[in-house]
Amino acid sequence: MPDVIAANGTVRNDSWVLVARPAEGDSLDIPADQPALIPADLWLAGYEHFAGREDIGVWFDSHNEPELLAGKVDQLPLIAVNFPRFVDGRGYSIARLLRERFGYTGELRAVGDVLLDQLQFMKRCGFDSYVLRADKDSSKAAQCLNFFSQGYQAATDTDQPLFRRRAS
Amino acid sequence: MYVYDEHDRQIAEERVAQFRDQTERALSGELSEEEFLPLRLQNGLYVQRLAPMLRICVPYGMLRSDQLRRLARITRDYDKGYAHFTTRTNIQLNWPNLEDVPDILAELAEVEMHANQTSGNCIRNTTTDQFSGVQADEIADPRPYCEIIRQWSTFHPEFAFLPRKFKVAVNASEQTDRAAIQVHDIGLQLVRNEQGELGFRVHVGGGLGRTPVVGPVIREFLPELDLLTYLEAVLRVYNRYGRRDNKYKARIKILVKALTPEGFAEKVEAEWAHIRNSPTRLTPESIKKFQGYFSEPAYDNLADATDVLGKQRFENREFDKWLSQNVSAHKKSGYACVTLTLKKTGTPPGDVTDYQLEQIAELADQFSFGEARATHEQNVVLADVRQDQLFELWQRIVPLGFGTANLNTLTDIICCPGGDFCALANAKSIPVAEAIQRRFDNLDYLYDLGPIDLNISGCMNACGHHHVGTIGVLGVDKKGEEFYQVSLGGDSHHNATIGKILGPSFARDQMPDVIAKLIDVYVDKRTEEETFLDTYRRIGLQPFKERVYA
Repeated sequence: MPDVIAANGTVRNDSWVLVARPAEGDSLDIPADQPALIPADLWLAGYEHFAGREDIGVWFDSHNEPELLAGKVDQLPLIAVNFPRFVDGRGYSIARLLRERFGYTGELRAVGDVLLDQLQFMKRCGFDSYVLRADKDSSKAAQCLNFFSQGYQAATDTDQPLFRRRAS
Repeated sequence: MYVYDEHDRQIAEERVAQFRDQTERALSGELSEEEFLPLRLQNGLYVQRLAPMLRICVPYGMLRSDQLRRLARITRDYDKGYAHFTTRTNIQLNWPNLEDVPDILAELAEVEMHANQTSGNCIRNTTTDQFSGVQADEIADPRPYCEIIRQWSTFHPEFAFLPRKFKVAVNASEQTDRAAIQVHDIGLQLVRNEQGELGFRVHVGGGLGRTPVVGPVIREFLPELDLLTYLEAVLRVYNRYGRRDNKYKARIKILVKALTPEGFAEKVEAEWAHIRNSPTRLTPESIKKFQGYFSEPAYDNLADATDVLGKQRFENREFDKWLSQNVSAHKKSGYACVTLTLKKTGTPPGDVTDYQLEQIAELADQFSFGEARATHEQNVVLADVRQDQLFELWQRIVPLGFGTANLNTLTDIICCPGGDFCALANAKSIPVAEAIQRRFDNLDYLYDLGPIDLNISGCMNACGHHHVGTIGVLGVDKKGEEFYQVSLGGDSHHNATIGKILGPSFARDQMPDVIAKLIDVYVDKRTEEETFLDTYRRIGLQPFKERVYA
């Protein structure tokens, strides 16, 4: 079971599993006894069946459009965003849109090629849990999440950019 | 000039600590080279042909004398006693040790400097006109807006991993464009609308490199208060939809082209509609606060020193040449803007020694309120010099190598470090510049030829801006040998134009002759009033081609 890091750097475990997109023609293989994250478009396709369930969340890949779930995010207990490669920065925009535009308030998790030095950016964009790539050391996460005590610009963590905080 | 407050200082110190930790993890092997790469690049650190190269940020070109002195000391203590002014108004060290970089950053932070985002696929240093704030015809001083953009873009959490690098430039005059804004990812032209309100005309998707493009206008008027929310909308559209499958098609210009400028603008407007009234919208008070940092220095009330200068010019022909060429008008009577040229034959364009850096600091303190400015043409400007002190200043700078009176002439060459230093280069560029400078060493002849931008890049990445040179030179690799492709008619100013390739490329030793033949065509064909570019635009490429390949 992978470590799940919280925004304050503490490490815990949980039993959520990420269900990969099934091959063409195959159906979703959702485990019976574990909470599962399924591809966002498939959740939408099975909306009547999945909406409001505490054991079914969704995941977005970096090229997916968060607009897909506009108006429906409050039906989800957990959303994950996959970083296929750590240099693919689309997940940061997806996170901000889910939080700031579509009003998602539940847990937002970064998964995939998640490394220590990207955590600070993920946190500011609204991710509040992180699963590091397997070879990375979760015990260093707290330090990497907290190198900076403030940022210049508004993001999900604060809507007040520094120029406004300075003025007050 | 902008001065750090406690927030800026804290962020700068935290950044040094972070990079120290990252460097330690890279040296211990905890971070792989692939993982460390974007981290070090976002800190301006390249691993180059011979050694690491550190690119230190000079935000929109502004430097204080204490910063120049610190840079001099850093080049002595950590490098080989010289540095290089780049075409993005930054400063590069060519020989630092990787393990020393955190200490260099700590030394920089003490004088309010850093190397943030001078490389990598993120928002780079914003550039502007070197005569900002001192030219008579500017619409408003662009530097407060540059600083606003600097702060907004620094460690922006959403835009740290863009598809590709991203460069913004701001220009303030409707008559001139010394910032080349139309060949930037975003070019911002300060304008006033019919109601007299201040704002920006927004160009997006210009750029040089492999696919040179003049950036189309995607918004005719953006009110100044909306600057950051609109930039955020542009960047978000780019971050989401820019190509990531092919690094040669990843710049925003490719996206703008694919969507068409109109289609791209629509997407931006739709995104912007959601965020334009967010707290990221600037306030008049905040803009005023930034403007306060760039208020006028304590000018003396002076009349123009016409008589004194006239006498000095009459008595000293060298001074007269320098004054005509390297000194330009200032908005305040009795003052002038002086360009210290870093284009002396035999010295790579833009290179300065530690001693020269310290001397620039001395000159800035004595003659120009303690400030200097780097230009994208790789020169240094003292922007606020009293006219009655010009002669004294000139006497000081000539022995320092800053008095070559070739500003804006054929030998004021823009030149990247090229194959002598850069791992990306296909060919050397510095020896080409030097050979051309040696060939054209008669200043009176250069003045007769008038303004010519000769720009040399050692590869496609176009750090030497060859596409927008009146004469552009690009180093190419042909079966392992260095050759040079020549283009004509480029222009980085308001009539921004990408130059046209003349024809097959040349060997290095042919280059001075090739340039001489191009010049001969111009001299033969020009009318009395015409610059090289005017003549080229009238007669086209063919006559030049015929002469060179005859």
